[in-house]
This record gives sequence, structure tokens and C-alpha cells, in this order.
Amino acid sequence: MSLRWVAVWRRNMLVWRRLMAASVLTNLADPLIMLFGLGYGLGALLPSVEGMPYIAFFAAGSLCTATMYTASFESMFSGFSRMHGQKTWDAILYAPLVIDDIVAGEVMWAASKAWLTGSTILAVIVVFGFAASPLVLLTLPAAFLVGLAFSSIGLVMTVLARNWDFFSFYMTLVMTPMMMISGVFFPAEQLPQPLFAVAQALPLYHGVELVRPVIAGRLPEQPLLHVLVLLGYAAAGYSLAIYFARRRFSE
Amino acid sequence: MNVLSARGVRKSYAANEVVSGVDLRVASGECFGLLGPNGAGKTTTLKLCLGLIRPNAGEIELLGEPVPRRAREARTRVGVVPQSDNLDPDFTVAENLLVYGRYFGTAAGTIEARIPALLGFAGLAGRADSRINTLSGGMKRRLTLARALVNDPQLVFMDEPTTGLDPQARHLIWERLRRLTQEGKTLVLTTHFMEEAERLCHRLAILDNGRIIAEGSPRALIAQHIESQVVEVHGAGFEAWMERAKAICPRVERAGDTVYCYAEDAEPVLQSLAGQSELAYLHRPASLEDVFLKLTGRDLRD
Repeated sequence: MSLRWVAVWRRNMLVWRRLMAASVLTNLADPLIMLFGLGYGLGALLPSVEGMPYIAFFAAGSLCTATMYTASFESMFSGFSRMHGQKTWDAILYAPLVIDDIVAGEVMWAASKAWLTGSTILAVIVVFGFAASPLVLLTLPAAFLVGLAFSSIGLVMTVLARNWDFFSFYMTLVMTPMMMISGVFFPAEQLPQPLFAVAQALPLYHGVELVRPVIAGRLPEQPLLHVLVLLGYAAAGYSLAIYFARRRFSE
Repeated sequence: MNVLSARGVRKSYAANEVVSGVDLRVASGECFGLLGPNGAGKTTTLKLCLGLIRPNAGEIELLGEPVPRRAREARTRVGVVPQSDNLDPDFTVAENLLVYGRYFGTAAGTIEARIPALLGFAGLAGRADSRINTLSGGMKRRLTLARALVNDPQLVFMDEPTTGLDPQARHLIWERLRRLTQEGKTLVLTTHFMEEAERLCHRLAILDNGRIIAEGSPRALIAQHIESQVVEVHGAGFEAWMERAKAICPRVERAGDTVYCYAEDAEPVLQSLAGQSELAYLHRPASLEDVFLKLTGRDLRD
């Protein structure tokens, strides 16, 4: 694989730098309002969850969900706008880049932007004292993995999409239920067994399982499994995105 | 030396063959035109030559590289002006050039050093920091042309470079394209403006239904395919006159309420028109448009 995708990444980065203030604000406002609103509001009613204050428990879920949403919005809505509306991809393809480079650049960009969201929430978590030890820094690579998995999946949706409505299905039917059962708001173990089994097959659950322990100051019990599932989703999504992108652009 | 050659190239979408065995040769330094009605396969042919889509059959060589296998290498020395502008709306004029240059792996310093000359060429000096949405259609087209030159290409493909432009903007583009050929660049353009093809192209091919139906210099095509004189006649009673004209003119065509008389010697036709005060006429030399209409027909293509 060539490094030509870096130019695509840098193009998106340059646009982001222009709109940085608005972009950071919109990506952070939602998760932080949720974190403090639910964390303190609902948290006041709850003694502790898995041995930690509810807000510290919820912080991991909130961070992973925000990372997931940033990755998905960037790869789907912004990606579709570049691919379909602005025809930016067409212009790039006249240069010595091929569609694989664009897919790689878009996935890496959306993952980077998602990582920034995750990292900023991490900073808030640390500043407010929800983190127990420096082990929390392991959240940084974990957030990138979560971003990579959801960017890749999101880009599959993008290269399959014929119009904007297509994304609503994925968001309503996949992302929202996934958020509910992946241990974001409450421990996934308390779900009925079949639902818990579904959650264990989904990337968000494994992201939360990586991040929650390190915020609490301990290592995850099965780090390798979680990392491999996230990498698996990233690799599968990336391959599918390339397959469908080639079909869309090179036929 | 050929900078582009295609042999027996075919491309189908489902059961629909869009390009049906196209052969092309474009020599270094020439301006080559690909003419054809809408849907003739012009854009698909360009995409095939660039290696953006795979042919079902045939061989293509672009700047010495087999396409599509080594299209990426070939495209490092190629510029493209697409049919519809796809400039980056999020960037300024100069940023568009800078970002595009990076796709070729060119260092930022090298691109930045080239930007003033490119903007000067495009008639956009002083507009480096303008946003794209503040540019007129002609300015956008010229910026797209400048963008296609950012890698100093040997060969520039242009898909309908002046469609949608007003005459002033079109003439400016033509002047710039002539300057490019003077600099030794090879141009391949598609168009359905015959005037454009006649003015710019050294050689051209007429494409219809995915096949090349004629090829040559504009003058040679006119000489080979059509009578040298045309008389266009319209007005009250033209139908009756047309019947008489058929006897004195080798080829008479009717389109709507206009009669086209094609002849090597238009004198008999002009004499028969003398005194016909209700008929208006125009006597002119045959043009490429006449050749085009003769070869591709007068029916609408949508």
C-alpha cells in the first residue's frame, strides 16, 4: 500500500482547521452535556456501579459513544458530501491516486477526528478527577481503535449510499440499539442473556470494556480479545469499503 | 511519437455497449478533438484512456504506460479538466492548487512557487485568497484548467472545456489552450462545439454510438465528407422551391422550415433564388458542423 492516502487525510485536516472551533464544540457539547447531566443527575440516585461512582462508570461509555458518533458522522455524512455532493473524490482520482487511497485516507481521517473527540473527553475526565491512575492514558490508543472500527463501517455505508436517507437506517437500526446494550449506561451483564450475547459481538461493547477498567485504574481482563474484535471490525469494514468503492468508481 | 494510443477498446454497462471498438492515436504536441453527440461515449472514452474504468476489451497506452495496469504512473504526467467543476468549495483559489498538487506528491514549496504563474495563466492573479463561491463560471473553469497544470503535465485531457461559458470566457479559454499547445503540451478535448474543434484541433475524431465514424484534420474532414458550399434557405414557399432545387443541387436537406443545399458550385442555386423575394437565404462555405450533422444525423440525442 502506498502512502498517497496521506494527501487525502491532509486535505480533510485543512478543512477541519478552518472550522475547528465549530467542529470541536459540536462534537463535544453533546457527550459532555450527557456525561454531566446523566452522571450527576442519575448518579445522585445510585449508590455506586461496579464499585465506582455512577459518573465515573458512565464516563467510559460516554467517551466511547462520542468517539463512535464522531467517526460515523465524519465517514458517513461528511464523506458522502465529499464523494457525492462536491465530487471531491472524482477530482482526486484524476491525480495518481486510486480509490483505495481515498478509502484509506477517509478512514484514517475519520478515525483521527474521532480520536480527538475521545482524547478531549478523556482530558475532561482527568480534570474532573474521575480517573483513578495514570493507567487511564491507555484510553488514548483504545479510542483510536474505536474510531478506526466505526470509521471503516461508516465508510462502507457511504460507498453503498445512493442518498442521505440511507444513513438513517444504519443510525436508527444499528447505532442506537448498540449504544443501549453495550454497557454504556448500565453494565451489559445485567441484560437478558441473548441480548448480552449480541452486545458481545458488537464493537462498542469491546471499546467500553477496554476503557472502563483503565479509568478505574486497573487493566482490562481480556485486553487482547477486545483489541482483536475492534481490529477485526476495522479490517472487515475497510476491506468491504474498498470492495464496494471499487465497484462504484472503477466499473 | 504517440502519447496516447487505443486499439479495439470496448466498454459495456450491463447489456449496453457504450464504447464499441475505439481506435485512437494522439501524437505528441497536437490538439486532438473527440466530437460526438450526447451519449456518443466521449466521456467514457476519456475515462478509459485515463485508466479510471476498466475496458472489457482492447489495449490502451498512455505516455508509454499500459492502462489501466500502470495508469497511476501515467497520470503523474497528465492533467484533467472535467466536464463539471469539482473545485474544493472549502478552500481558497490558492489552497485548491496547493491541495491538488499534494496529490501528486509534490512538495509544498515547489507547488507554492508555481502558484503565481498558474494564477497568472488562469487570469486569476490577485484572486489567490478568494473563496470558490465568489468566482464566476469562467473563473472556475480557468482555475480548473490551472489545477490540471499543477503537475506540469505533458498531456491534458479536457471534457467539454467551454460548455456553459459566455463567448468572452470561451475565447479566453481558447486563447489559453492555444498557448498550451505552443508550449508543446498535448491536448485531448471532447466538445460538441464545432467552432471550438475547428479553431483548436489539429486533428479530430467523430464518435457516434461508441464508434469512431470519421477522423482527420478539420479541413480534410470537410473536404472528404461534404460539398464545399452551403446555401440555407427559409421563408414562405420554401417547400415548392425545394422541389425545384433538387434538380439543380446535388444534395438537398430539410430541417424544420429550413432547406440546406450542399454543392461544390452554388451558382445554379443562387440563380434560382434570385427574384424569389419571399425567400431568405444564407450562402456560406461548408463547416465542420455540416460534416458532423451529415455523419451523425439531425435527430435529437438525449
